[in-house]
Amino acid sequence: MSLRGLDRSFILLSGLAVLLIVTMLAIIVGNVVWHGWEPISWEFLSGAPRMGMTEGGIFPAIFGTVLLVLLMTIFVVPLGVCVAIYFSEYANRQSWLYRWTRQAVNNLAGVPSIVFGLFGLGFFVQFVGGWVDQQFYEGKLTYGQPAILWAALTMAVLTLPVVIVSVEEALRSVPQSYREASYALGATRTQTVFRVVLPQALAGVLTGGILAVSRGAGEVAPILFVGAAYYLPELPKRLNDQFMELGYHIYVLATQSPDVEATKSLLYATVLVLLALTFLLNLTAITIRARLRVTGGLR
Amino acid sequence: MTIVEAATFRIVGHSLRRQAMELVVQALIYLAALVAISLILLIFVFVGRQALPVLISPAVHEEVTLGELFLPQEYGTSEVPLRYVWQPVSVDPKYSLMPLFLGTLKVTLVAMLLATPLAILAAIYTTEFAPGWLRETIKPVVEMLAGIPSVVLGFFALIVLATWMQERFGFDYRLNAITAGVALALAVLPILYTVAEDALGAVPRSYRQAALALGASPWQTAWTVVLPSALPGVFAGVVLGFGRAIGETMIVLMASGNAAITSWEFAEPVRTLSATIAAELAEVVFGSPHYHVLFFIGLLLFAVTFVLNWTGARLVDRLRRRLAGVER
Repeated sequence: MSLRGLDRSFILLSGLAVLLIVTMLAIIVGNVVWHGWEPISWEFLSGAPRMGMTEGGIFPAIFGTVLLVLLMTIFVVPLGVCVAIYFSEYANRQSWLYRWTRQAVNNLAGVPSIVFGLFGLGFFVQFVGGWVDQQFYEGKLTYGQPAILWAALTMAVLTLPVVIVSVEEALRSVPQSYREASYALGATRTQTVFRVVLPQALAGVLTGGILAVSRGAGEVAPILFVGAAYYLPELPKRLNDQFMELGYHIYVLATQSPDVEATKSLLYATVLVLLALTFLLNLTAITIRARLRVTGGLR
Repeated sequence: MTIVEAATFRIVGHSLRRQAMELVVQALIYLAALVAISLILLIFVFVGRQALPVLISPAVHEEVTLGELFLPQEYGTSEVPLRYVWQPVSVDPKYSLMPLFLGTLKVTLVAMLLATPLAILAAIYTTEFAPGWLRETIKPVVEMLAGIPSVVLGFFALIVLATWMQERFGFDYRLNAITAGVALALAVLPILYTVAEDALGAVPRSYRQAALALGASPWQTAWTVVLPSALPGVFAGVVLGFGRAIGETMIVLMASGNAAITSWEFAEPVRTLSATIAAELAEVVFGSPHYHVLFFIGLLLFAVTFVLNWTGARLVDRLRRRLAGVER
């Protein structure tokens, strides 16, 4: 084979690698949509599981997931935005605080999700929850047990780097001249950051929040021991209630069902719901980010 | 008080309030940074706190010692020696971590061997040969792949992939290290690809122009000039992907079969470190030796991934420095 032919075939090989990745994604999504489409009905989305989870719906799991990510967002977005503001607007790049914080956030992003589960159990449930019970409930077991509040906090720790990265990127893309103009008009640093820079980076905050929600909705390992329940007859009402969750529901249906064949169609439908939810969220985030880059209004 | 005095008073008061506000906000921002640092410390401390008894508690040592965790034991008979056994729930609990290490290693190895070449080739194609529109399509596709929850990949491996692979390759066991490894490869592919693609894209255009001007073919340019220049970054992707693979839980929990077998056979069920924690912690007695051993495993996972991530970050830094100052 000539050098040119050899060259061509190598390029073709690398192109095939791309094709393979795309195909695999298509197969997974296609398979889930194909089998999961049919069982989805209004009853499935709005009803509770029945007959040992072989019939009925997944409403409690959807409700639990939404509640979980909403609570998580309340914790993670303000903290993430503040850390991102620190990185982009306040930090002295040479200081030990900057380097340590940067290192900490990088490492936080790489901690295995199951370790977050252990942390949530050891810190939030046993330590913080136990302390709350001692102080306010005379030692009666109230918050010192797995609960949606602890699951949301654990998930907030896990998704913190996602928010920070996204918001920081947006803050950095705000032109320096905006800050200079603000200072020139006599604004203080706080005013500059919160009234000029942050509003310009709002889309980044939104993207960060959406990506965090998408990640939080999909993770199961961290909440295995901090509040996700196999089956609950009632929806969670208080912060110390346990909850059902889509991802955990999938895990339970797929591995612990006494009759896998009987639950299979509902299992597929549940997977489709979770997949659609995370894809939709990701797609929204990607679109916002892409539009920002294209319009270049910020650069 | 004259009018001038009153005005001065108000202005000074106003600016004082403003300054105080300024300081409060700044303090809050710095506090947020400190919270971020303390979170990683808290993880270490609170996982470590429950893992510590494995090292120092006599009560735990009555049931399991460090030696039993890591060193070969004599569990079997003289005819059938059993050196490494993970059997924490039995009359005579056995806590050898070796089958779990081996299981983790096997699954991770399969995943990395599949994902690494695929991701690097795809990254080369994207940065070097793909037309613009295609490049802009591939990235969202990979982001979509990254966005698939691991429990969905685990489900897919368990329900679809396992059956398909058993029919195709005739495995004795439906769930095994290879099946779980293939699914795990899908989970680590995006991070490998993204880091590699970033690294390749950061190689200055002048490198390519020089190679092409010297008569190198496009593939030669990509393979012998661009890839070696970006090598620290590509390697960083491998290291980070490895860290992700070791810690990934739901996929292996669902698709690996979860049998703690000590062997090098890849087509057998395996039990990984992460899946062991996930499967056993919910049923374990709080404060029992088993409980502490599970946290000890968590601490090991935390330490290993910490080192891997740190190494990965170092490599990316090195690449940045290597390519810094070169004309684009």
